[in-house]
Amino acid sequence: MANLPDNLKRLEAESIAILRETAASFGKPVLLYSIGKDSGVLLHLARKAFHPSPVPFPLLHVDTGWKFRDMIAFRDETVRRLELELLVHTNQDGVDRGIDPIRSGSAVHTRVMKTEALRQALDRYGFDAAIGGARRDEEKSRAKERVFSIRNAAHAWDPRDQRPELWRLWNTRIQPGESVRAFPLSNWTELDVWRYVAAESIPVVPLYFAAERPVVRRSGTLIMVDDGRLPMNPGEVPEMRRVRFRTLGCYPLSGAIESDATTVEDIIAEMRASRTSERQGRLIDGDEPASMERKKREGYF
Amino acid sequence: MEMGTGQSLLRFLTCGSVDDGKSTLIGRLLHDAGLVPDDQMEQVRRDSRGRTDQEGEIDFSLLVDGLEAEREQGITIDVAHRYFATARRSFIVADAPGHEQYTRNMATAASGASLAVLLVDARKGLLTQTRRHAIVASLMGIRHVVLAVNKMDLVDGAETVFTAIREKFTTFAGPLKFLSMTAVPLSARRGDNVVHRSAAMPWYQGPALLEHLETVAVEDGSAEGGTENAPLRFQVEWINRPEPDFRGLSGTVLSGRLETGGAVTVWPSGRSARIARIVTFDGDVERARAGDAVTVTLEEAVDAGRGDLLSGPDGGPEVADQFAAHLLWMTEEPLIPGRSYLLRAGARWVPATVTTLRHTMNVETLEHGAATVLEMNAVGLCNLSTAAPIAFDAYEANRHTGSFILVDRFSNRTVGAGMILHPLRRAANLHRQELAVSTKERAAVKQQRPAVLWFTGLSGAGKSTIANRVERRLHTLGHHTMMLDGDNVRLGLNRDLGFTDADRVENIRRVGEVAKLMTEAGLIVLCAFIAPFRAEREAVRALLPDGAFLEIFVDTPLEECMRRDPKGLYAKARDGALRNFTGVDSPYEEPDAPELRLKTAEADVDALAERVVEALQLRGIAGT
Ligand SMILES: Nc1nc2c(ncn2[C@@H]2O[C@H](COP(=O)(O)OP(=O)(O)O)[C@@H](O)[C@H]2O)c(=O)[nH]1
Repeated sequence: MANLPDNLKRLEAESIAILRETAASFGKPVLLYSIGKDSGVLLHLARKAFHPSPVPFPLLHVDTGWKFRDMIAFRDETVRRLELELLVHTNQDGVDRGIDPIRSGSAVHTRVMKTEALRQALDRYGFDAAIGGARRDEEKSRAKERVFSIRNAAHAWDPRDQRPELWRLWNTRIQPGESVRAFPLSNWTELDVWRYVAAESIPVVPLYFAAERPVVRRSGTLIMVDDGRLPMNPGEVPEMRRVRFRTLGCYPLSGAIESDATTVEDIIAEMRASRTSERQGRLIDGDEPASMERKKREGYF
Repeated sequence: MEMGTGQSLLRFLTCGSVDDGKSTLIGRLLHDAGLVPDDQMEQVRRDSRGRTDQEGEIDFSLLVDGLEAEREQGITIDVAHRYFATARRSFIVADAPGHEQYTRNMATAASGASLAVLLVDARKGLLTQTRRHAIVASLMGIRHVVLAVNKMDLVDGAETVFTAIREKFTTFAGPLKFLSMTAVPLSARRGDNVVHRSAAMPWYQGPALLEHLETVAVEDGSAEGGTENAPLRFQVEWINRPEPDFRGLSGTVLSGRLETGGAVTVWPSGRSARIARIVTFDGDVERARAGDAVTVTLEEAVDAGRGDLLSGPDGGPEVADQFAAHLLWMTEEPLIPGRSYLLRAGARWVPATVTTLRHTMNVETLEHGAATVLEMNAVGLCNLSTAAPIAFDAYEANRHTGSFILVDRFSNRTVGAGMILHPLRRAANLHRQELAVSTKERAAVKQQRPAVLWFTGLSGAGKSTIANRVERRLHTLGHHTMMLDGDNVRLGLNRDLGFTDADRVENIRRVGEVAKLMTEAGLIVLCAFIAPFRAEREAVRALLPDGAFLEIFVDTPLEECMRRDPKGLYAKARDGALRNFTGVDSPYEEPDAPELRLKTAEADVDALAERVVEALQLRGIAGT
């Protein structure tokens, strides 16, 4: 804590207060662990917030079945190393219906395998607070997100009835059946996250670092061929390129960037010189305008 | 300039009226600070076509999401947050959309900010809105302002225009207690004096806006609460108990410093202790300062819980159950003095009422006005009373320990935001009369458990008839009862009250208190009141121990009540001879989950009364 620059220290303290608030105010919270850098920071903050007690809630990973293999390996290793309780949920109904990101399209896949799956998991375990790693700087429409966002019993978000948040006096009161989404990283930027990862030596999935990987180029985006499930177009042959990922999700939906950054310091340097936004690599947003807003209403993060 | 990794953090808000150029200014700041990614800039360049005077000119307002569209869809937005960093500082910008809700939105944005940028259009000069922005900023505790005089290009960069505006503002803002006030002439559109000092206004010798924001000294952590030099306030947020012999208090140092071995007092209990350890994930530390999140353990086994405050030898907080505060009302349903709300101060929730609305404050002129209710976006000076004493400071001394929100007990909406001025009466002087004979003993002698049976329903639904029958039955069984109904109360205790919403609320509050006293005497109290609002019925429930309040909904359809009309009141109400009549021109909020629902259409009075008596016997209130 002593070596952190002042602004990171403030962000850290604020996030810790939000995590404690969630633990103290709700009966059954859960941390949504999506394996990426933001989840990594969130988990690290949760360990700090409750130390010397263990993290007082389980982790939940909504697995679409299409995550990079490296992500799953990293997840399992992290859980083992830190002795955490991890719940993994997959929408079996979606699997049975044959939903996949390639043939069903990213919009349907995301709705069924992420949004619906998350709702199923929250209902199944009866969680009343789901802690997520979303940041307001990720996207223009997130700039207005609350730290504690209320969902009704059907997990819907009513954009017309949002509570103002003043000072740190969060209004955590809910009716039976309602739940909240809590976002402790609301005020962090992508750069803050990386600087914090560096300062605190937080492990991240190796896919964030540049390495030779098999990729194919599709409509201007580099897609990694992570396993044999990605069908090749006629004449398409994977080529080895030195790439890394800025955001991680389902591998057929995550765009890689060409890069030489092999350390967190390299990534920070690259970002500071870089001229593209984080979400460019996230194919799910490209589907249609205002798609984030709609997804939020349906219960996606 | 490239994206920076600033070391300190400044939270500021921007305020301006529609079209003053706020979006353009924020977009310009982000762009000139080198924070706009190429792909996004390309999009904006494309979208700018046809929107600007000159071919190729960029409309920087497109870089920030216009809040207009959401507002038109009815989406509630109070604040949009944006982030950028330079080599010197990181910034969090809170931007509140204007329009009707402006005071509420701006207050929300200002609650987390240390500095305000007030935008004015050089052509228009100071407007009423500018005054409102300055007054709300001051009320919310902002001590540093920047007057950004925008669109200087449209007045040919004239120094006289700028100087006149600056001077007028300085005079006006005199009483507002700002510690620093800086005026900058700029053109958001052309980028003059935004990030770079401009040659267009050679007469201006001061800093460009960004330069000022990077260097202005705001008290350390003022948006978070108090400064490091202020008295210690540590807020307990979570009790940390990994094992039986470790009892940690996890929380945030809101102001001052915490030191191992240091003497502390726990509030509101007032017990003293010494800090044994300051525990963090990275190991124990000797001291922590304002802004730090840590866990402390105490030498002594002193009771402390979530919501408590620790102070040091340099002075403790006020502890009181009555205080005066400025209250900003944030919801459409107006504040009604006497109604019970939930108050959150620090990490503590407690039931509270506004006992008196002393006056309202006009946020454009600072003038005082008289009012009986506080409407949305209005600010009032109020006296509040909490169900238990709380520890606090004056908002002026500590924004973190001096603020509170009020929440509607039923809808859970955040309805008010308060800034505490001073205590009205110290709880220390308050000694509740110790009752020599306890409530339990009184009830035991009567062989019953005291309770309030609250019969609610429309006028003519049959409340009094059924309640009377129940009381007769209970009396026969040897129970001690008392009946309160609208008529016997309104003729005496409440004869000063009418039928406005505010009076109805007060009527039920008094009845609730009287009923409570009677339960303390060991009685089973039957109340037959319309009590049309859920919030009041819930408030009475909250006065009583768990299980001692039974809501009995006498469910008779309105048409049936109108047909019966035993007192001829519905007829009068329909003719307009009687105003504010429940069910006709005043609302009735049905109970969601009453303990009993009596459908009068389906059974006769005796059968219904018997159901009530059975329910009491089942609950052990009445004997069998
Ligand atoms: N000439 C001139 N026009 C400006 C300046 N700043 C903003 N504008 C224009 O004023 C109008 C309103 O600006 P906008 O940023 O949307 O205002 P907002 O409603 O306060 O966010 C737009 O047409 C802008 O191009 C300026 O410095 N000079």
